[in-house]
Amino acid sequence: MLQKRIIVCLDVRDGKTTKGIKFKGNVDIGDPVVMAEEYYRQGVDELVFYDITASSENRGIMIDVVRKVAEKIFIPFSVGGGIRTLEDMKKVILAGAEKVSINSAAVLNPNLISQGASHFGRQCIVVGMDVAADKTKPSGYVVVINGGRTRMDLDALEWSHRVVDLGAGEIVLNSIDADGTKNGYEVKLTRMISESVPVPVIASGGAGTPLHLLEVFNKGRADAALIASMVHIDGYTVGGIKGYLEKNKIPVRI
Amino acid sequence: MVTPGSPRGIDVKIGIVDYEAGNLKSVETALRYLHADYFISSDPSVLKKGDKIIFPGVGEARSAMRILSERGLDQFIKDFFKSGKPLLGICLGCQIVLKSSEENSTYCLGLVPGVSREFSVEMGLKIPHMGWNQVSIKGSHYIFRDIPDNGSFYFVHSFYPELDKSSQVIGSTEYGIEFSSAFSVDNLVALQFHPEKSGPFGLKILDNFIKGAD
Repeated sequence: MLQKRIIVCLDVRDGKTTKGIKFKGNVDIGDPVVMAEEYYRQGVDELVFYDITASSENRGIMIDVVRKVAEKIFIPFSVGGGIRTLEDMKKVILAGAEKVSINSAAVLNPNLISQGASHFGRQCIVVGMDVAADKTKPSGYVVVINGGRTRMDLDALEWSHRVVDLGAGEIVLNSIDADGTKNGYEVKLTRMISESVPVPVIASGGAGTPLHLLEVFNKGRADAALIASMVHIDGYTVGGIKGYLEKNKIPVRI
Repeated sequence: MVTPGSPRGIDVKIGIVDYEAGNLKSVETALRYLHADYFISSDPSVLKKGDKIIFPGVGEARSAMRILSERGLDQFIKDFFKSGKPLLGICLGCQIVLKSSEENSTYCLGLVPGVSREFSVEMGLKIPHMGWNQVSIKGSHYIFRDIPDNGSFYFVHSFYPELDKSSQVIGSTEYGIEFSSAFSVDNLVALQFHPEKSGPFGLKILDNFIKGAD
């Protein structure tokens, strides 16, 4: 039986894992390579590295991180953040990442999805969607870009179908409203998208306890769940979360 | 848990077939981690010197077959198979040893009687079959030495191998249907999943291939 995946996301800035803390900005919380190895030991199914490096001259550091991670962990991982061209995709894939994740760049230039899919295969192309509730849209949700700052005139459900048609192999569905609340994933949104697209949907934003993962797998029909601060800051382990899910009859890799 | 430098019974040279397959680099990284003596080439005369061959693969069947034949690698793989030396096919490298593939109606190498079929959307499945799934082990093939039954491995594929002879199946997996996720004929081992991306169990499988049968 296909198992539900637990994916740990690491935001990387200038080669360090960082975490946005309310009113304090970003705080460095460790070396991404060391953290990746630790989560690998704990049994994480996949990793996502999100490059939030501000200056373009420091972008090369991320490629070094990717290369080092690929030498040490033998599970799939994807890289996102700052990928705007086929050339950017090539760099991270050649450095050892299985997949690239594109978000705002895909909204602004949808051809990037099809270019990437035809060049590397659709299994390599993850499209990240930042979504917010919006009653004026047919599905009730709107696509936002630039980390939630810019609201697009684009219905979330419609966009999810479009990215699949263009060649997305997976969708990371991030709820801007739930993100950072630790009150749980946006289950209704996840279920709506997951049931209407033929590719895996990774739920993102809002995870605070293992119960939230149970909910998004059972009620949200997610194929995978993204977590970050639960394991970076709050003291949960991947093994502990999986143990809880297994006890509650979710198929996970132990 | 497989650790670097784990002792090996024999010292063998592993050739990795380079035909622009997507997972070439991760297979290479895994072999380096296992301290295997390996080399990568797309030249049949170089690959011939390998004691064992790994034939990786991510991609599409028809273009893969075209690249293989342009480089004379199709004949090389057939000859290597006949030579009796160990050969490991991974993912597309596992499908392409069959007679044909439903993917763009492609004739393949024909080393093993069978075809690659497409997963059906009508089964309500998400395609590709992507993620960790279990392999139920049939028999006691050396490639699964020290691997527990129903262990999990990483899969990414839209087509699956369907063999004419069930006796050649050494592992099966359930995704809508039960399909052959591992099979073996003589010196050939073919795996639909990616051992190079399947954590410690996957590394153990590659280590088993390097060390060979008891």
